[in-house]
Amino acid sequence: MKRFAYELSESWKIAVAQMRSNKTRSTLTALGVIIGIVAVTLMGTAISGIQVGFDKSMAIFGDDVLYVSQWPWKPVDDWWNYRDRKKIKTEYAEPINRIIAATPNSNLVIAVPTSSLLRSVKYGQSEVSNVLIRGTVSDYLITSTFDFSEGRFFNEIESRGGANVCVIGYDVADALFPSESPIEKSVLINGQPFRVIGVISRQGTFLGLFSLDSIVVMPLPAFQKYFSAKSDSDILVKVKDKTRLAEAKDELTGVMRRVRGLAPEQKDDFSINEQQALKSTLDPIKNSIAIAGLFVTGLSLFVGAIGIMNITFVSVKERTREIGTRKALGARRRTILLQFLIESTSLCLLGGLIGLGIAYVMCSGIGKAFPSFPVRFSLDLVLVSMAVSIFTGLFSGFAPAWSASRLDPVAALRYE
Amino acid sequence: MSSVTGSAEPIIIDIENITKDYVMGEETVHALRGVSLQIRSNEYLAIMGPSGSGKSTLMNMLGCLDTPSSGRYEFNGRDVSAMSDDELAAIRNREIGFVFQTFNLLPRADSLRNVELPLVYAGIDSETRWERAATVLREVGLGDRLHHKPNELSGGQRQRVAIARALVNDPSIILADEPTGNLDSKTGEEIMALFENLYRRGHTIILVTHEADIAQHARRTVRLRDGLIESDDGDFNGIDVSPIEDPLEADVTAYK
Repeated sequence: MKRFAYELSESWKIAVAQMRSNKTRSTLTALGVIIGIVAVTLMGTAISGIQVGFDKSMAIFGDDVLYVSQWPWKPVDDWWNYRDRKKIKTEYAEPINRIIAATPNSNLVIAVPTSSLLRSVKYGQSEVSNVLIRGTVSDYLITSTFDFSEGRFFNEIESRGGANVCVIGYDVADALFPSESPIEKSVLINGQPFRVIGVISRQGTFLGLFSLDSIVVMPLPAFQKYFSAKSDSDILVKVKDKTRLAEAKDELTGVMRRVRGLAPEQKDDFSINEQQALKSTLDPIKNSIAIAGLFVTGLSLFVGAIGIMNITFVSVKERTREIGTRKALGARRRTILLQFLIESTSLCLLGGLIGLGIAYVMCSGIGKAFPSFPVRFSLDLVLVSMAVSIFTGLFSGFAPAWSASRLDPVAALRYE
Repeated sequence: MSSVTGSAEPIIIDIENITKDYVMGEETVHALRGVSLQIRSNEYLAIMGPSGSGKSTLMNMLGCLDTPSSGRYEFNGRDVSAMSDDELAAIRNREIGFVFQTFNLLPRADSLRNVELPLVYAGIDSETRWERAATVLREVGLGDRLHHKPNELSGGQRQRVAIARALVNDPSIILADEPTGNLDSKTGEEIMALFENLYRRGHTIILVTHEADIAQHARRTVRLRDGLIESDDGDFNGIDVSPIEDPLEADVTAYK
């Protein structure tokens, strides 16, 4: 054990001396690994950034909420079977809630109707287009969690009475009221004035595709009064115990069939969706992006590894006589193997550290230039990069180190 | 070889009828065709022979760098002819000090680092290593060159570093392959005086050379030809331990 430690420190000294005396060569060889590690690390930060953004976006939907909709949240081949389904009506919420209340030990809490479409919102000379206008009831807060940066949500009286009030998302508030409070101001939607009573705090974007802050929420009766045509309705149903989501789904299916009055032989003419379904649709896409990205960047690291392997072979060849001398002096196979493995590994590790440094600088640069771009530099990533560098060093050094350790001392000593 | 019986010194190397064949393409070269040799402690022996005589092959055998095709080789009573690479490495490390014609020092390491190398492989801690390396370097007259690298040393000084390296692990034999081959004659004589000195202090020295005037420093000469021992004046064996009877005594004192 002790001897192993001495051999290790001896190998380390040789490796350092070797790198020092061949600075140009070592730098050029390490460059391959540096580039590889930079590429892999940046790809890693991008992937973990996407992952975080994805999870954040998914959280918007709530993991304890079921969505009753016309369409399932997954690609379907037989779209024509769904197209002719009856629309989901907001009125379903009432009978669903009645059934839930009448069912003992129901795993469902409450059904909340929502109806949405896109419209422009105006205030004075300013206008924001393509804003999601959503009509719902005051219980919406139970199924969708968000905070208010200003004001409040509409109450039950406003909700039932269909008052011309609304809460607006961060983007809408920012665009229409850049320098004043929107509370108690009237915005125009479809020519109708709505009094702003609350501003929802910033939610971010869904997968960076569209903003979740470009939204106006108002009482359902008011919505139906002015925007009844061509709106899409969903029923949101809150689940009591999210660990028994499948059970809740079955229960809700039964409830919906009763509401729709379906005979036992008839198929469901609605879809019950959940966050998980969307996730399982999007996960494969996300994963294939990750795999493809890591594969391509991994290739550049592989090229770097071949460079290291090549230079280690050259190093073994150049120092054949030195290997012979060391063997004559009592170096065992293991000692020689270790020496060259440490040489290639320390070169890779050095390249890895430099690459990591460069990647870190680039990451924070990207983070500053594009704050919305999801880059994440984590300790895990550092450890993984280090592990990858060491593995690359061992991988690329093994063949040359092995051939060095097997050299016949007589032939090695005689080598010119 | 019956003449050695009765000597007080123990046998270190005992070779019996060893052969070594090399296969080169379709041809088999018989480098050694059956060589028997016994070497006792504190002998000073020269192995001579023209190129192709098998002297290098014999030296590789004696140095445990290679194993014979057939025959028996006992080193200090241990059969080394069937040892594995790593076992041979251990024998070389502890029992044999090599001195090469081309010195074979590590170019980027100073004298101390070069000399301590066998001790690294022997698993000795760094403090002891440095102490012992410095001591042997002083013994070979390089006490003021401990931190010089090989390219800062003369040829003779380099060979002294190599000799110090051969001595540092206190081996049973010192095996020198043409130790003066790359040195001018004056420096060569200095190196030979150093060997003489070591011999007189009890070391066992085996010289491999083709130069007669180098070989004459030894007390016993083994001549090889075509893979066989042609002559062995092994009668000196066990007799010349007394320096008074040594015919070269006068020459040697001149170098001191």
